[in-house]
Amino acid sequence: MTNWREKFIELLLIGAASASILIVLLIFLFLAKEAFPFVLDPGIKELLGSQWIPVSFKKEVFGILPLITGSLLVTALATIIMIPFGVLGAVYIAEIAIGRERAFLKPFIEIMAGIPSVVIGFFGLIILSPVLKKIFQLNTGLTALSGAILLALMAIPTVISISEDAIRSVPKSYKEASLALGASRLQTIFKVVVPAALPGIIAAVMLGIGRVVGETMVVLMVTGNAAKITFNPFESVRTMTATIAAEMGEVAFGSDHYQALFWVGIVLLSVTFGLNFIAQKVLTRYRMG
Amino acid sequence: MVRTNVKMEMRAVNFYYGNTQALFDVSIAIPEKRVTALIGPSGCGKSTFLRMFNRMNDIIDGTNHTGEVMIDGESIYQNNNSSAELRKKVGMVFQKSNPFPKSIFENVAYGPKIHGIKERTQLQEIVENSLKAAALWEEVKDRLNKNATNLSGGQQQRLCIARALAVEPDILLMDEPASALDPKSTTRIENLISELQKNYTIVIVTHNMQQAARVSNYTAFFYEGHLVEFDKTNKIFTTPIKQQTEDYITGRFG
Repeated sequence: MTNWREKFIELLLIGAASASILIVLLIFLFLAKEAFPFVLDPGIKELLGSQWIPVSFKKEVFGILPLITGSLLVTALATIIMIPFGVLGAVYIAEIAIGRERAFLKPFIEIMAGIPSVVIGFFGLIILSPVLKKIFQLNTGLTALSGAILLALMAIPTVISISEDAIRSVPKSYKEASLALGASRLQTIFKVVVPAALPGIIAAVMLGIGRVVGETMVVLMVTGNAAKITFNPFESVRTMTATIAAEMGEVAFGSDHYQALFWVGIVLLSVTFGLNFIAQKVLTRYRMG
Repeated sequence: MVRTNVKMEMRAVNFYYGNTQALFDVSIAIPEKRVTALIGPSGCGKSTFLRMFNRMNDIIDGTNHTGEVMIDGESIYQNNNSSAELRKKVGMVFQKSNPFPKSIFENVAYGPKIHGIKERTQLQEIVENSLKAAALWEEVKDRLNKNATNLSGGQQQRLCIARALAVEPDILLMDEPASALDPKSTTRIENLISELQKNYTIVIVTHNMQQAARVSNYTAFFYEGHLVEFDKTNKIFTTPIKQQTEDYITGRFG
């Protein structure tokens, strides 16, 4: 009797654990099914082009390279911004802040994580973009940099709270050992505590990047949405997510454009998959020592 | 009998964790280049006493003390910024071995690097000498770049000793360094302590009475925050003056 119940519960748990895998698999299959006809008709080579002109009187082109570089540029800039703020912020909260500061900062940062992206986008559109335009004397404030700053703002709370957990879980004995050798507090933090917490910090940054890559609303609102290949932070770019969000609603069902958008989705999903995979690899390698 | 200099001294020290007093009017003079064992039941203030000498109690919030603590005749609590300098001179080995999650080499080189030594050959020399002094060199010389956390418990503890020696202290404070080790590793640590005694003043907290008898020249018996008796080890173990000491040593309590 008990044996039967054990078995049942085990099955239930396996089911629950597998459900998410199954769902991801189904999403992949669905994407592939919708995207596949594109391979036969315009051909996969079409996707590798450097121009994305989905609506045209002459000839429509579906090169997704500018979308990929757009996402890449915004993500890279956001990462550069979020790492120092996120990691140093975490160090401050975990190691330096006194009780009262921490009691104020922690919930504040958690609230920051909960701001809807459209509100951040709105802030970017009305406040940040004009400021950037003025400072750097640009034609438009809607640039890759504006998007990157806002995305970093959104990802920083995640980076901070996960890094902070990692830093706080470094055994106290490491700190004691370092102090007992005559190291100062800052030396101890940066030469012992942070290195010991590095796997957790890397995971935190990877999660932050994951959030940045997938974020849609903010980039749609503030990056200017010009589909061109550029690595200049002061130019407008168009990301993969913004493209899908902007065009999917108006596209003719089953058309080349429709299928091309599904290809964009596949690329996006692969990128996030790849990021997670790398994060896992890094984590296991560090754990092995 | 050879007369020895006083290396470390306490005069009328009281110590408090918040409102709880942990040391009561402790005065002691610890001789140079000898091993002094601290014995007594758990919670009697041995570790607190030990950590007074490298100011490790400072990192705990809400602690304070009265009285004077001196090393080489100088009060060590005068200057608030001197704890790093002080800890360079007063090494510490903890109860639970705590190597950093770095390579064996980096563990030993950590202290010298912190104190400004950058040159690789010099660091290599320090690492080798420290590991030799801690009787670990032969076991690890071929794998200095391996992670220290892969060493056995006894090896880790000797690595921590090597790490402490690398900053060239005068004094080694040891807080039950062998309590978490198997008998064989314990013997190695004890032999090592006897060896190190030639060059260092060693103060060791121990729960193990035989260990105190084996390794130390002097023994201090603590009870409930009071220093009950302090004398040559053979005197404490054969003809203690205080009844409490005798009771503890003969196992009647504790």
